[in-house]
Amino acid sequence: MNESGRNIRPGGERNYLGVAVPRPRVAFLELTSCEGCQLQILNREAGLFDFLDLVEIADFREVMTERSEDYEIAFVEGCISRDDEVERLRSARERASQLVAFGSCACFGGVNQLVNRIGGHGRAGKVVYGDFPVDARGVSEPVSSFVQVDLFIYGCPVRKEEVEKIVTDLVLGRPVVYPSYPLCMECKAEENICLFDLGEPCLGPVTMAGCGAWCPGNRVGCWGCRGPARDANMEQLFAVMERHGFPADMVMERLECFGGFNRYLDRGSTGTG
Amino acid sequence: MRLSCDIEVKPLTRVEGYGNISIRIRDGRVEEAKWEVVETPRFFEAMLAGRRCGDAPLLCGRICGICSVSHTLASIRAVENACGLVPSRQTSDLRLLLNHFETLQSHILHLYFLAAPDFLGQGSVFPLVKTHPDEVQRALRLKMLANDGCDIIGGRSVHPVRAVVGGFTVLPEKKQLSALRQRLETAAADLDATVELFAGFSVPDFTRETEFVSLKGEGEYPFIGGRLVSSDGVVKEEHEYLDMTNEYTVPHSTSKWTRLSRQSFAVGALARVNNNFAFLHPRARDAASFLGLAPVCHNPFMNNAAQVVECVHVVMDAVAIIDRLLAADPDDAAVRFEPREGVGVAALEAPRGVLYHAYEIDGSGRIRRADCVIPTGQNHANIYHDLAAFAESCAAKGMEDREIEHLAQVLVRAYDPCISCSVH
Ligand code: SF4
Ligand code: SF4
Ligand code: SF4
Repeated sequence: MNESGRNIRPGGERNYLGVAVPRPRVAFLELTSCEGCQLQILNREAGLFDFLDLVEIADFREVMTERSEDYEIAFVEGCISRDDEVERLRSARERASQLVAFGSCACFGGVNQLVNRIGGHGRAGKVVYGDFPVDARGVSEPVSSFVQVDLFIYGCPVRKEEVEKIVTDLVLGRPVVYPSYPLCMECKAEENICLFDLGEPCLGPVTMAGCGAWCPGNRVGCWGCRGPARDANMEQLFAVMERHGFPADMVMERLECFGGFNRYLDRGSTGTG
Repeated sequence: MRLSCDIEVKPLTRVEGYGNISIRIRDGRVEEAKWEVVETPRFFEAMLAGRRCGDAPLLCGRICGICSVSHTLASIRAVENACGLVPSRQTSDLRLLLNHFETLQSHILHLYFLAAPDFLGQGSVFPLVKTHPDEVQRALRLKMLANDGCDIIGGRSVHPVRAVVGGFTVLPEKKQLSALRQRLETAAADLDATVELFAGFSVPDFTRETEFVSLKGEGEYPFIGGRLVSSDGVVKEEHEYLDMTNEYTVPHSTSKWTRLSRQSFAVGALARVNNNFAFLHPRARDAASFLGLAPVCHNPFMNNAAQVVECVHVVMDAVAIIDRLLAADPDDAAVRFEPREGVGVAALEAPRGVLYHAYEIDGSGRIRRADCVIPTGQNHANIYHDLAAFAESCAAKGMEDREIEHLAQVLVRAYDPCISCSVH
């Protein structure tokens, strides 16, 4: 998954199980986002500084004034909705050997890409700002539309446990693997009550696992923020939804919310991809 | 020699989102002092139109990662007000408790991670790990308590899942609440130390007479719903929020600006403390006097002190709420919600000030029109005018340009601006 040119230069060394490992220099970059994914980095306080000790922070504007442009890993949060963001993204791409799309806004456009379904920035701008001119590109797009992305970390928000694991794998040069199976498998392993049995819709059958069935565990149906599982069977999803009395437009409203399923929706069919 | 300088801070660090400061002084005269908001717009209000009203809270939480609880709760209240749904006492208590934990988490993050480095001579919290380990550990303990509280009540700390229209999908267990209560009580020592730390920081002597806007306390320090008040004497009902905000656009900002009786007004911790001082918990009032904060305080740098005072208040009040919840017989987690046509307005005190969500819902339960007015959006004009007045006072004192540059940043940071949220 993460084979492409790993030439992480050491920014100091640290020990892991008795072996010296490099401490890569990392930068956090935010584009159009709610900054919730960056905030997740500062959460799970008990291990915060152990985690931060794995890396050397070169740039994290939200929490630090000293900023450096010398780094190996760039965590990019947010999607592209303005020209200057494209420039910032490209320059991060030039500097970093590993560019990580961090969170669903970066991976798929996130909630921001909903604006594309209502006529883009031009029409939405009229609704919000009237005739006041708004500087935006017209549509909100994922970072992979502009640069090569080495690694995706899904979720709205990302789950800190998963980020910690992925970063550790990255630093230690271990391959990063995602679950390919749907959320339902994880959810059943957690022994949650199925939302369909509670009369609520859920995208678990088609969504990529990995969040620990975060929402169903709290008795809320999944909205697919992590995007599709491999071999997601969309036809079956629509059939299950219909059987439980949920109209197709309701399913569509969920599928379109975070942008992960766009490749199924934009084809204008409900068939499998 | 009379002072001349050009100051450009682009972008300001240690704030949420993108904003720039520029100050130009020639021969002791301020030619320009500007606060520019350059964050990218996201068009949430347009995206809300046509959605099922019950789905609005989930979407609106994504306006801001730091105050996602406030947006979720404001969105829920707007929908409930539109549909004539009155939440149970238990639900109201749990919502207030959830909001308190977010206030604590947001204030502690700002005070220790964003503001304190300015006063301790560092560029970020990271070097403080070595130079001020006790303070950093204390900050982490308080932040963790706040996040755990959000987790236990809301299901997760960023973008809470359990809070929905009608109530909660899952209730916290009594033993979880008791454990939280215990931790809140032991947090008192950390709060005392926080009060002491911030009382020791020297605050620039600067005042500019300001109008302060907040919810109006009527019996208690207000957070969720109720009437609106300004320190210039304006009082409005919740649904009259537009008369309180008067939004307009300016060329140097992608966020809208607001005004009331003067050219600008302020919202946030300082506004709340100024307007509702009498309703603070006695321990919070003690903290205020220790910090030298007495209403009405017109020094914007004192917003940090006001946040410290509120940390004390919300922790004390959280204990009282948990006691109430533990003493009461458990009620249903949620009441059934039937969408109906109507207009609903919600005013809620988010960490950075009063937040409004207003929705018009059609007969099929979908949102016809949505309006959200964000605390930082209401503060932009005030920050702008504060910067100009502050630059004047610096120029008059013949201050060094490096010092002006530093203090101008401290000033804007004191507002704890949440810029991406203001450009929603
Ligand atoms: S993915 Fe979600 S939590 Fe992360 S920045 Fe985007 S909106 Fe915020
Ligand atoms: S709740 Fe959702 S994720 Fe869990 S088993 Fe049911 S459909 Fe699958
Ligand atoms: S359950 Fe679904 S919506 Fe919730 S976090 Fe997981 S993938 Fe995202």
